[in-house]
Amino acid sequence: MSIRVLRLFLLLAFACSASAEIPLAERRSGYQDMGRETRAMQDDDAINPATLWVLDGEALWARRAGAAARACADCHQDARVSMKGVAARYPAFDAAARKVVNLEQRINLCRVERQQDKPLAYESHELLALTAYVARQSRGLPIQVESSERTRATLEAGRAMFLRREGQLNLACAQCHDERAAHRLGGTVIPQGHPTGYPIYRLEWQGVGSLHRRMRNCMVAIRAEPYALGSREYVELELYLMWRARGMLLETPGVRP
Amino acid sequence: MTTRRQFLVLAGGTIAAGAAQAQLPPNIEALRKAALADAVRKSTGGAEVRRGRVKLDVPPLIDNGNSVALVVEVESPMTAADHVKAIHVFTEKNPQPYIITARFGPRAGRARITTRARIADSGLIIAIAEMSDRSFWSDSVSVVVTLSACLEDGLI
Amino acid sequence: MARVVVNMPKQARRGEIIEIRTLAGHTMETGFRRTQHGELVPRDIITLFTCSYNGAEVFRAELHPAIAANPLIAFHTIATESGTLEFRWSGDNGYSATHSAAITVD
Repeated sequence: MSIRVLRLFLLLAFACSASAEIPLAERRSGYQDMGRETRAMQDDDAINPATLWVLDGEALWARRAGAAARACADCHQDARVSMKGVAARYPAFDAAARKVVNLEQRINLCRVERQQDKPLAYESHELLALTAYVARQSRGLPIQVESSERTRATLEAGRAMFLRREGQLNLACAQCHDERAAHRLGGTVIPQGHPTGYPIYRLEWQGVGSLHRRMRNCMVAIRAEPYALGSREYVELELYLMWRARGMLLETPGVRP
Repeated sequence: MTTRRQFLVLAGGTIAAGAAQAQLPPNIEALRKAALADAVRKSTGGAEVRRGRVKLDVPPLIDNGNSVALVVEVESPMTAADHVKAIHVFTEKNPQPYIITARFGPRAGRARITTRARIADSGLIIAIAEMSDRSFWSDSVSVVVTLSACLEDGLI
Repeated sequence: MARVVVNMPKQARRGEIIEIRTLAGHTMETGFRRTQHGELVPRDIITLFTCSYNGAEVFRAELHPAIAANPLIAFHTIATESGTLEFRWSGDNGYSATHSAAITVD
């Protein structure tokens, strides 16, 4: 095949996949695909099990830690004020780290550099609780991650992964979550896959978990070797997914089946 | 040649040793039906259970069997003379039939319990109310349980 | 996580029926699950929940493995007098959690 034909083919292929993108006005949060009772579980803090994690996060926020014997509250005071809007713009470019990091990684950067303590393990109860507590302060705010020169490479890598076929089942995220969203897979409605409520209380897990855990589930389901929690690949995909969900309101802590 | 009786005895022996095996016994449905009947009998003392006065609220189509919203309410004046003593909730397809037993007195005000259950498979959920006059009333709902399309298989 | 959450009104009129909603952080391990190697994961659940109002028990629930993780239990009681409601959860392996809440009844 000549280079010209190849280039034309790739352009067409990309255009075709781009045209399968869900129009902004037609985007739906997974919340809308759930039954009435599950939605009620998310809406009411008194019956949302994730409240247990948020409260633990609130306690951790005030606890002194590390060699610096410093609590989050010592620098950031009242999270309801200082953390408002933060989760809605993560993953974000961290100037000191010179790369895009997600909220969990940002919390750990503080733990290591400011509190002088060991980072919290990914998916540990403590990191989930703190992340849930911080993200909770952005509930109801529109998702707005940075799409600029310094986040471009990360965003493009995330989009490329979303469009790339993976695993033994040879499926790309886009095939289920763009092209076949609202159709059913095994009795369950396929969601569009916007990360509007993370960390979520997932009924399948009977506990709170991160977006990276959820993405690992997906990759295992298509029989692909999943990336590690906190991996560069998942941060790239996370940035793309949050960009794809731009303008949608954050629901943390969400409840999902 | 194995007689039918010999075969049934052998099968029974295999089932008895089944606790050590991961496979379910072949007559699992019969065993679970018997366990449910036994649990109901234990809770009612063998008394007659009539349909009515109890309202069991469960979504007929369930998002995930791991967490099923369940509300039971019983009409009753809830006075010292006439009140609901207990609400027993059972299900027919779980490994064991009991879900919850809630005990009330006249100080409750309302005979109503809200909780979330695990329902393993599509089937009946049964709520039985025990009254202060020792009568028993019930309601039941047939639910459809769908599983998550993408199972985790124990991987975090 | 010996964490519990109780939601109830801080004050009520005498004779008013109030709803109390509780959450307890607990995995409620059923005892029916198996590991990847086929070993049974032992049962570990909350078995009992009680609510006492100024020392008198007003509600009790016996829980079984079929109760979902992080159990929600919501029930009602009549606001009879000002005082303290005590909530107690107990279960396998010595699990115990308590919570107190004050109520003003006028």
